[in-house]
Amino acid sequence: MSAELAVRDVDDAATRAALEVTWAPPRGVLGLLGTVNHKVVAIRYIVSAFVFFALAGVLALVMRAQLAYPEARLVGPDLYNQIFTVHGSTMMFLFAVPVMEAMGLYLVPLMVGTRNVAFPRLNAFGFWIYLIGGALLWGAFLLNAGPDAGWFAYVPLAGPDQAPGKRIDVWAQMITFTELAALVGAVELVVTTLKLRAPGMSLNRVPLFVWAMLVTAFMVIFAMPAIMVASTMLAMDRLVDTHFFNVAEGGDALLWQHLFWFFGHPEVYIIFIPATGFVSTIVQTFARRPIVGYPAMVLSLIATGFLGFGLWVHHMFATGLPKLGESFFTAASMLIAIPTGVQIFCWLATLRSGRVLVRAPLLYVLAFVATFVLGGLSGVMVASAPLDLQLHDTFFVVAHLHYVLIGGSVFPLLGALHYWLPKMSGRMPSEGLGRLTVAILFVGFQLTFFPMHQLGLAGMPRRVYTYLPETGWGPLNALSSVGAALLGVAVLLFVANVAWTLRRGARAEDDPWGADTLEWSTTSPPPAYNFVHIPVVESRHPLWTHPSPRVVTGLRIDVREVLVTDAIDAVPDHRHMLDGPTLYPFLTAMAAGIGIITAIFTPWGITVGVVLTLPPLIGWFWPAGEAIAGTTREKA
Amino acid sequence: MRRPVLDVSALPPIAYGSRTTIWWGVLGLIAIEGAALALTAVAALYLRQNFMTWPPYGTPPPGLAAATANVVLLALSVWPMYVADRAAQRERRLPVIIALGIACVFNVATLALRGFEFAALNCWWDDHAYGSAVWLLLGMHAAHLVASAIENVLLLALVVKGPLERKHFVDVHVNALYWYFIVAVWVPVYVLVFLAPRWS
Repeated sequence: MSAELAVRDVDDAATRAALEVTWAPPRGVLGLLGTVNHKVVAIRYIVSAFVFFALAGVLALVMRAQLAYPEARLVGPDLYNQIFTVHGSTMMFLFAVPVMEAMGLYLVPLMVGTRNVAFPRLNAFGFWIYLIGGALLWGAFLLNAGPDAGWFAYVPLAGPDQAPGKRIDVWAQMITFTELAALVGAVELVVTTLKLRAPGMSLNRVPLFVWAMLVTAFMVIFAMPAIMVASTMLAMDRLVDTHFFNVAEGGDALLWQHLFWFFGHPEVYIIFIPATGFVSTIVQTFARRPIVGYPAMVLSLIATGFLGFGLWVHHMFATGLPKLGESFFTAASMLIAIPTGVQIFCWLATLRSGRVLVRAPLLYVLAFVATFVLGGLSGVMVASAPLDLQLHDTFFVVAHLHYVLIGGSVFPLLGALHYWLPKMSGRMPSEGLGRLTVAILFVGFQLTFFPMHQLGLAGMPRRVYTYLPETGWGPLNALSSVGAALLGVAVLLFVANVAWTLRRGARAEDDPWGADTLEWSTTSPPPAYNFVHIPVVESRHPLWTHPSPRVVTGLRIDVREVLVTDAIDAVPDHRHMLDGPTLYPFLTAMAAGIGIITAIFTPWGITVGVVLTLPPLIGWFWPAGEAIAGTTREKA
Repeated sequence: MRRPVLDVSALPPIAYGSRTTIWWGVLGLIAIEGAALALTAVAALYLRQNFMTWPPYGTPPPGLAAATANVVLLALSVWPMYVADRAAQRERRLPVIIALGIACVFNVATLALRGFEFAALNCWWDDHAYGSAVWLLLGMHAAHLVASAIENVLLLALVVKGPLERKHFVDVHVNALYWYFIVAVWVPVYVLVFLAPRWS
């Protein structure tokens, strides 16, 4: 039995009508809490992540207000500690990783030409678990129980002796929630990419954004377990008196740093690699030519994925490690600049040789290239162990990390949202407002963070809640705070543009930018089932080379059937039925949430969690028993 | 409208092994849990450097009997699970029920032995970092055994009672894959927790 090439009468209207019924979104409570549509789940993810981004941004503004002049009294030291910890933890765990995965969860099924992610119910579960984790951190912060030992919770500062109370336990369990969600998202992305690609989309035809998400997902799978293990050990040290980090009983404080950064450094690339996917996509579309060096781009992504695991010790140069080790990690840290450099030159070459159309998304990308190169340069500087020893824990590092994280990831992300907003909302964003946003964002960013380089060189340490006038740090700090206010204005403008788009934006066509990837071949916004017919892919740029491609027929349309293809060449293999909407993932997440939060206070929380989770899990997997009926096939 | 098509109606609605999405999903789970166990093992070896002797002075090395019996028991359990796996791929219900039932008995027996293994560690988790490390390693593997026991019993109940669909045979098949993983990782955990303390 195999798939058959033919020429047939295809009744689009009838197929669409049947799909509308089969994939109809659930109503009421089930629609609110039980949906498994990857686009709905992803948009909820993106909106939640941006709410957390805004909240953490407000904390950043409070910090900048406090540091704007010497001896300010806006917030005291204890609250300041909570603020920078919750700012960092929120940005890394509740914004950056989830929002990147959410973009993947929205776009990957569309880009590879299928109807949903591989495990729709698990996907919904991941979102709910993430949301509970975010609510936990911010609920605790509002109750003055926000973690206060930095986003990396170094022991012994975060250990039971130095940090009594429940602040650090809240942090540790927030990690449990967000890592669980990140791992769920990663498995979804890997399996969807490898097994649900449209026929003909062999690996060498996969869009670069999908490649980027695939590499990211693999990094999540191997990096996140490190922080799960570490935060479990920390929670146990604090709750049941284990001694993993207790030096007096043979434990080791550096073990924490090793485990944390074995996760923490790949984390940087988990946030950055999806952004390179955005950049490649936007550059290709607005240069109106295929990206220069597709194989080099893919190999660079994979190389970055591997090298990203060999750098973690460069966060620990100040801990007195053996010199040989430091040299190795210095070399590795400089090495990773090579694949990133290859990508940057490929983008520049694409733009140089293309017929460039300047639109707001491309301006975001140009702002990214300039800013990220600066961040890369300061990165090469701190990769050198002797220099790092001088700059460690100063504002120079704060400048560097914001150049690579905001410049490297948030700029492309905002550009990507502007770029895909027509697809997600069905309406065109305002080009003028978009350009104004980029301009203010870029100026505000440089004003905020460039002076921090100098502040760091002048000796200003990180995480101080104030400083004396005699230090002479006042003027540059004031400049930085003005820049931060501008950044706040830029974010408000971006939100205003989204709001304007949703209410007033002109209706978007299927492919308003003239792009090449499959998500632009369906309507804006896409229907619940994504495509009336699964496309057949015959080139790397399906929309540029085949205006009317061959399509797949013969999938069942009375149930949620998708086509599973082989991992390398995307040869059709078998038909597979996906699960529909249900409340069980939500209920399971709630039950697990109660257990994990209880575990902040007592180890019996684990038992509570297992007992509470069992009934909804059984409900989740127990078959409803109606699926055998019906064998209607799409008329072929 | 007449147009060129790729008609997939003749393709099977079910498949096994790496052809399926769920096999890849379970492989992802195995990768995650394997990475977590490997990192815990590395952490234990890292903590080992802080001790003159491993276990530390005053703590006897762990007793071998229960753990070694579990090596044998887990190795034997592969057989009924493999039989269930093969029967599932031929979609034969009764052999699946019998073999999976036997595998469940093995699973529960290994859990009972695990209780004796904890007792044989000869220390508590809050005695010293050695105790913390061996309890965590053994505990992580025990958590896999508990999770698998729940899964095996549920799956058995489903095959016996539930409205059985063809896809549930695929579930039995990938459940076996996960069990092979649990058996395989027991070997390094056993070596690290029970044998290594006798070598130093």
